[in-house]
Amino acid sequence: MLAEYFPVLVFLGISTVIGVALVTLGGLLGPSNPDSEKLSPYECGFEAFEDTRMKFDVRYYLVAILFIIFDLEIAFFIPWAVALDEIGWLGFNAMLLFVALLIVGFVVEWKNGALEWE
Amino acid sequence: MLDALLELAWIVIKILAICVPLILTVAYFTYAERKVIGFMQVRMGPNRVGFPLPFIKRFHLLGLGQPFADVVKLLLKEIILPENANKFLFVLAPVMAIAPAFAAWAVVPFSDTMVLADINAGLLYILAMTSLGVYGIIIAGWASNSKYAFLGAMRSAAQIVSYEIAMGFALVGVLIMSGTLNLSEIVNAQRGGVFDWFWWPLLPLFVIYFISGVAETNRAPFDMAEGESEIVAGFHVEYSGAAFAVFFLAEYANMILIACLTSLLFVGGWLSPFAGVPLLGDTILGTDGIFWLLAKTAFFMFMFLWLRATFPRYRYDQVMRLGWKVFVPITIVWILVAALLIMLGVVVRGS
Repeated sequence: MLAEYFPVLVFLGISTVIGVALVTLGGLLGPSNPDSEKLSPYECGFEAFEDTRMKFDVRYYLVAILFIIFDLEIAFFIPWAVALDEIGWLGFNAMLLFVALLIVGFVVEWKNGALEWE
Repeated sequence: MLDALLELAWIVIKILAICVPLILTVAYFTYAERKVIGFMQVRMGPNRVGFPLPFIKRFHLLGLGQPFADVVKLLLKEIILPENANKFLFVLAPVMAIAPAFAAWAVVPFSDTMVLADINAGLLYILAMTSLGVYGIIIAGWASNSKYAFLGAMRSAAQIVSYEIAMGFALVGVLIMSGTLNLSEIVNAQRGGVFDWFWWPLLPLFVIYFISGVAETNRAPFDMAEGESEIVAGFHVEYSGAAFAVFFLAEYANMILIACLTSLLFVGGWLSPFAGVPLLGDTILGTDGIFWLLAKTAFFMFMFLWLRATFPRYRYDQVMRLGWKVFVPITIVWILVAALLIMLGVVVRGS
């Protein structure tokens, strides 16, 4: 059964090679005349004001955390969806319970403003 | 030993038979984009570059040589390595972007018999590969060590993961209807007529899947990760030459992938819309085949361009609101509706 996955592995290798080859080709064919102005970070012609490793909005973390929660839930949904006609009403009701918990969490997030972005 | 090598060579040939047309499609998709948007804005689009022919001079051929001119130009340009950049990650990022965009095609079935790897977890693999694309973007933004690139990468990553939720839930709907993760079997589960295709019982999920696909690939009107007017080009602002071309290739390959997946999962893939229809169903239009998949994919690719030419860019808070407050609730509700449709026997699997 794993033999069917072998072409996938080869494809992953070849697509990586395509990427590496294109970048290498560009490096070989293109000229290289670096100077300090060209190599400085681009800020619309201004000198860079401060370091790039600056503080950024905590909401990006929040989105990442919410993503992990919901993506896990999708991972739970997938086997349930595939096996739906075998597990019958018991499985369906179990998932209803799970979705109810999910919705409670979602409502709490919504009410607390975790989904606001302004 | 020789047998194994021959088998490997055969696999490589098949992979190239997918990759080469894909790259050509990307090339002409960029041309089509400029031409279609040009016509929508009452311009001509590119119409100068033709192919060098021996005797006929100034033979423009509607500008069909434009993509090749662009590729050659990009390959001959300097790749600038900014001095503050993390050099290794900076070079790695384009490869990280393009590898999953191409590798996802390994499990895509082109017709009943044409599929490279007919694996039973095809949809999971696709989900994994489309998620991996975000690494290329975030590594590019971080490694560039430039503010615009960094902000673009943060925005892009947050947007992609947000819409991935809606996309994942839409896929669960497809799984409820089909009962399998294998892409060929998903298409075969839609056999019947136009209304047996999953777009009809899963209409809201179909719409949400495609819109999320547009957002996933950072395309207009969801392209504030690039936002020319605010952060110039977003995560690839420091990239030039071939490294930029690789990002470009990855973005367009992803768009074609989303169009192809939408055709496979929701509108019957290679199945003919005229199957079972009197008169037309008996002609060549009634037969299933790869040309139906290509036609449907081309239609959704056109939709990408049409959306870009029609809608102004969203604001970032509007994008996040649409993803979290509109798409996620609708998809959760419709998953339950779809499950009820199956449980109550309104829709029968595989009929």
